[in-house]
Amino acid sequence: MAETPTKPKFKLPSVAELKEGQIWKSIFRHKLDETPRNRSLAVLSNVFLHLHPAKINRDAVRYNYTWGMGGITFYLFLVLTITGVLLMFYYHPSKGQAYRDIMYIMHDVPFGNFTRNMHRWAAHSMIITTWLHMFRVFLTGSYKPPREFNWNIGVLLLLFTMLLSFTGYLLPDDQLGFWAVTVGTNMARATPVLGSEGPFGPQMGITAFNDVRFALLGGSIVDANALLRAYIWHCVAIPIIASVLMIVHFWRIRKDGAISGPAPVMIEQDLSGPVAKKA
Amino acid sequence: MDWHQLMIITTAPDNVPIVIMLFLMPFYTWYGLKQSFANDRLIEKLEADPELAKTHHRKTQPWVKGWDSTVHVWPYLLKIEFLAAIIVTLILVVWSIFLDAPLEEPANPNLTMNPSKAPWYFLGLQEMLVYFDPWIAGVVLPGIILGGLMAIPYIDVNPRGNGYYTYKQRKFSIWMFFIGFLVLWLVLIVVGTFIRGPGWMWFWPGETWDHHRIVHELNRNLHEFFGIKDSEVLKAAGFGATVVGAYFAVGGFACDRLFRKFAPEMVKKQNVAQYATTIALTVMMFGLPIKMLLRLGFTVKYVMVTPWFNI
Ligand code: HEM
Repeated sequence: MAETPTKPKFKLPSVAELKEGQIWKSIFRHKLDETPRNRSLAVLSNVFLHLHPAKINRDAVRYNYTWGMGGITFYLFLVLTITGVLLMFYYHPSKGQAYRDIMYIMHDVPFGNFTRNMHRWAAHSMIITTWLHMFRVFLTGSYKPPREFNWNIGVLLLLFTMLLSFTGYLLPDDQLGFWAVTVGTNMARATPVLGSEGPFGPQMGITAFNDVRFALLGGSIVDANALLRAYIWHCVAIPIIASVLMIVHFWRIRKDGAISGPAPVMIEQDLSGPVAKKA
Repeated sequence: MDWHQLMIITTAPDNVPIVIMLFLMPFYTWYGLKQSFANDRLIEKLEADPELAKTHHRKTQPWVKGWDSTVHVWPYLLKIEFLAAIIVTLILVVWSIFLDAPLEEPANPNLTMNPSKAPWYFLGLQEMLVYFDPWIAGVVLPGIILGGLMAIPYIDVNPRGNGYYTYKQRKFSIWMFFIGFLVLWLVLIVVGTFIRGPGWMWFWPGETWDHHRIVHELNRNLHEFFGIKDSEVLKAAGFGATVVGAYFAVGGFACDRLFRKFAPEMVKKQNVAQYATTIALTVMMFGLPIKMLLRLGFTVKYVMVTPWFNI
């Protein structure tokens, strides 16, 4: 029986064949076999992963040194960005509407309550992990040269993390947020020289209508303008500032020679004699 | 005893994080100190045996000759980061399913909340309002805390302990940080969260919040203890300025003596600006517990009263 020549049938390519194809190669610039070269390329040729160096101190991957706190803080920031954007789809920063939107998110939006809860608990967690991260950096002396500047970036991140939480507190426009923000911004009134009730404020011609508190609230009371300002600080301005600071923070970690340790311990003899250089 | 009140505070959804933190902070303090002491023992061993120090890898982590000192980020670090992300996500998912974020009544400027508390992480600042006027508690002290934190790398001249846990080599800086962070900052938060009730009054755990409790204003300004009346403005201001000045002078002098005795190397290495900053920050930090003691123990209101501001 003679075979009749037919057109080759379409056959799904195997994974191995796919990896040789144009599409795969256009995405992944390296092979996957476990060679040191590929392991390095996996990190270096990926825009997100190249935040990392290709290789690091073997003991720095242990949990006990960094406690993973900086990384977890950053991860929580990402969670907050995602859940925050989802919440923004349903939220109007206007008096009256804001509170109704929160009710709507809680009761009607699919997974709305879950998203809101996650945003809230991730925010609280981020405060805790930032403090713990600072605590670890202190205990390992990682602010010492050459990392002084990065510690300072960190202090600013600490400030902005707390300001993010504070500005978010007002957004549900409920009693809790209203009074917390009232108490908080009343303190601004007492700013020396720039507050209407602060030392030397009145003497400088500062009133309730031109002091720092007025600038924060966009008025002399916590009302519609304050809600809008809190919203813009919370959803736009501070996230941008914090992101820029994080970019600098991460960049500096690399430029300061990666994570500080675990470094070989120093002994008193090193301070007088030549420092013994070892692993 | 009414433990119900404490229960209400502790289980308020927004307070769950601080309850968690009350466990995390001691744990991580222990965890860090444990590694510090391990390194301290290694340091002692190496200092006693300089020959060993020349060949030792100088870490408490295991080390075998021939091991690379570095590892690839992929997979050794990334797999851990991935795992951490999964664990954190799981915790958040479970937490978000079982605990709802609170929502109070709509904002109402005519209905004051009592007590009206900031979120727990700001309660340290709010508690400071008891002891200082808002311009100090809300503006100056936070500024000094941030400025002081930023100054740390520039005033800590000790080259030891850069990149490893140690207690022995950094006793002074570790004590200062523990007092400032673990004691002052966290204790103020705990007091603000668990102790303060309506009218920001002191209610011990187990006491019921009494919304009608009346306190007689017993607090007096310091100059009144010395027979100067509030109406004698100039005399009172002069007295207060002298006391505040004396506190800084005596405190500065005491710090100087103590530093010279207990941290002689720091004193020798620091330049004038570094030394002055260290002393100023120390004196101001201890000003807080001293003012707390004066207020809570001796019913002192202000130590310095002027027509423009009070301290
Ligand atoms: C939004 C807040 C922050 C984020 C996302 C963040 C992130 C990170 C990450 C991922 C690292 C790598 C090592 C690690 O995970 O521990 C790191 C290191 C570091 N961070 Fe932060 N950080 C934050 C806040 C802070 C604060 C508050 C401080 C100090 C006041 C600080 C000071 C430092 C320093 C000095 C290093 C280098 C540590 C070393 O080399 O061992 N950071 N940070």
